[in-house]
Amino acid sequence: MRKLAKFNGGVHPPQHKSESNQQAIAGLPLPERLFVPLRQHIGNPAKPLVSVGERVLKGQIIGQPEGYVSAAIHAPTSGKVIAVGPAPVPHPSGLADLCVIIEADGQDEWFTHEPLRYREMDPSAVRNRIRDLGVVGLGGAVFPSFIKLNPGARQKTQTLIINGAECEPYITCDDRLMRERAEDILRGIEIMGYMLHPTEVLIGIEDNKPEAIAAMQAAAARVTFPVEVVAVPTVYPGGGAKQLTRVLTGKEPPAGGRSTDIGVQVFNVATAYSLHRAVHLGEPMLSRIVTVSGNVERPGNYEALIGTPVEHLLTAAGGAKADTARYIMGGPMMGIPLTSPGLPVTKAMNCVIAASEALFPSAPPAMPCIRCGRCAQACPAELQPFELYWHAKSRNFGKTQEYGIFDCIECGCCDYVCPSHIPLVDYYRFAKSEIWAREQEKTAADTARNRHEFRTFRLEREKQERAERLAQKAAGAKTAEAPAETGSDAEAEKAAKKAAIEAALERAKAKKAQVQPQNTDNLPPEKQQEIAEIEARRAKIREMAQQPPDSTGN
Amino acid sequence: MLSAILVMVFLAVLLGSVLGFASVRYKVEGDPLVDKIDAILPQTQCGQCGFPGCKPYATAIASGEADINQCPPGGDEGVRKLAELLGREYKPLNAEHGEEKPKSVAVIDENTCIGCTLCIQACPVDAILGAAKHMHTVIASECTGCELCVEPCPVDCITMQPIAETLSNWKWKYPIIPIRPIATEKQPQ
Repeated sequence: MRKLAKFNGGVHPPQHKSESNQQAIAGLPLPERLFVPLRQHIGNPAKPLVSVGERVLKGQIIGQPEGYVSAAIHAPTSGKVIAVGPAPVPHPSGLADLCVIIEADGQDEWFTHEPLRYREMDPSAVRNRIRDLGVVGLGGAVFPSFIKLNPGARQKTQTLIINGAECEPYITCDDRLMRERAEDILRGIEIMGYMLHPTEVLIGIEDNKPEAIAAMQAAAARVTFPVEVVAVPTVYPGGGAKQLTRVLTGKEPPAGGRSTDIGVQVFNVATAYSLHRAVHLGEPMLSRIVTVSGNVERPGNYEALIGTPVEHLLTAAGGAKADTARYIMGGPMMGIPLTSPGLPVTKAMNCVIAASEALFPSAPPAMPCIRCGRCAQACPAELQPFELYWHAKSRNFGKTQEYGIFDCIECGCCDYVCPSHIPLVDYYRFAKSEIWAREQEKTAADTARNRHEFRTFRLEREKQERAERLAQKAAGAKTAEAPAETGSDAEAEKAAKKAAIEAALERAKAKKAQVQPQNTDNLPPEKQQEIAEIEARRAKIREMAQQPPDSTGN
Repeated sequence: MLSAILVMVFLAVLLGSVLGFASVRYKVEGDPLVDKIDAILPQTQCGQCGFPGCKPYATAIASGEADINQCPPGGDEGVRKLAELLGREYKPLNAEHGEEKPKSVAVIDENTCIGCTLCIQACPVDAILGAAKHMHTVIASECTGCELCVEPCPVDCITMQPIAETLSNWKWKYPIIPIRPIATEKQPQ
């Protein structure tokens, strides 16, 4: 039995998992239209590769990765591209973003795809293929997986952790996935192990999912590589990468660092499953399992194509009940509000909760902070949330950084325990995005300074060069035509120009004289005569035309 | 008496040589204060402060020739930072030099542009691309929004457009706690 460590704090919110984890993962009828956002991962959004009117096949690449931290986007089904442009996406801002809108033709015709023979390929080529297959982390951060599969990044991976903790209330998509497709998850883990060469592989699952643990243990017993399924205590946020690392290995990533800094790499179980589909079957990431729960008739898990409108999912779940007031994407602790049920499913969407006032009563008005310190007791990152709140509220961003705001994982434990009902995480998110914006402004200012300095230098240099050229020219003119000395530089230049023009005119004349029309040479004399007459008339007309208009009268 | 003078002379020579050595050894290139002020300024290079660029303004502040509230792009926050750095009293932005505006970029109407290169010559950060008698365009990522190119354009084809909010530059807003009426004992039910 492995000795497990503990992390600070954590909370025990009501689970609400049994509503949705009793039924098997269900498929969905094909929606009419799919809205596929090109920004579904951390990093640069993908660049659209298709145009309006084009027919795309299922699995065809429609968004090319741009830059290093990026991943490809694929058509989830076959159909016609009806628009490439901004459309609303699930994001706390409610802003629109670039999407490819596909009208499904119902044939679901596959693009050519074949399994990856990864053991015969160069590891970097395998990683590039995984990037082109659009595999990103499904645990919440949607970080491109190919980057995490690079063993030589900074430190050798000793421990590979597969995260099946799923600590947020209501969400059961990973639970169902582990129960139903444990073998495929292990095949995905095998690829991860091959890429990273870890000394141990651990699968962490919270002990409130005994069926998932049993299924994973049964599957793990059948594989040839060593892997250990570990039941971890159910504490929110035990599924946070840093928290799970702490529990399983007893090690803690340094402040401001990542799990990789201590030789640990963490992947979600759903990522392992998608990696298996991508590598062993050649299928890009086209769908994901989404939990639909809360105020709906039939809560459950559905395998939804990326780009499916959430309404479609809700209809499959029997529709939202009449008193549904709003929708949440993600869990109740860390989720963000969905501004409309028409928004599409993205790679990051693990759960949709229909919320009613009865299920999620709105928080009472915030009261002043009484510095009771309960938030600090609950904080799994061992921060002092009340201090962070104080400094974020007064826009003292330097201080928030001193108090480690970037180690905050925005889990919402402090919000949950706060007796004054202060929306603490909102303040931290505000402070973090302000700090990022300032950092960006600073880089922009530095670029502007450099460019301005270079321009000043360039202008100075050009001025100097011009002066030098003129001085040289003047000196040259002096020696060449010493008697016809014109005096100033400007006049010398003028004379030189004039001479050049005259020389050019001479050359043109000579050329003209050389090139005579040859077809008139051997004609009879009367013809020659006629031509001469015509030429004379032409010359006269030309002369008349060249006369200034005022001299021609009226 | 003599020994006292000798001791004093010896000390003067010793300390003088130490100071002289230190001034050569630890010589500071440039004025660190000017650089610190320059780091706070937004580097728009717009000249609204009355100086030809951010660095000259920083030099003027350091030498006491200019006040700290002459930079509209730096805004109120810039003034506060300068006040903190220089240990001076905060003052509101001087309206003579303009007012704080949302960040914007110059946009050239490409149908109207005649290719005169006047805006290229005016741009302090070389953010306009083009050649004589060819269409010009602004490299938006390098534009500081200084508006210096607007004035010289003979056909008025340059406009300043505020930067639109996208997912890349969206920021979480300061939390606002909505005020809701609650039932109190005094109110009738």
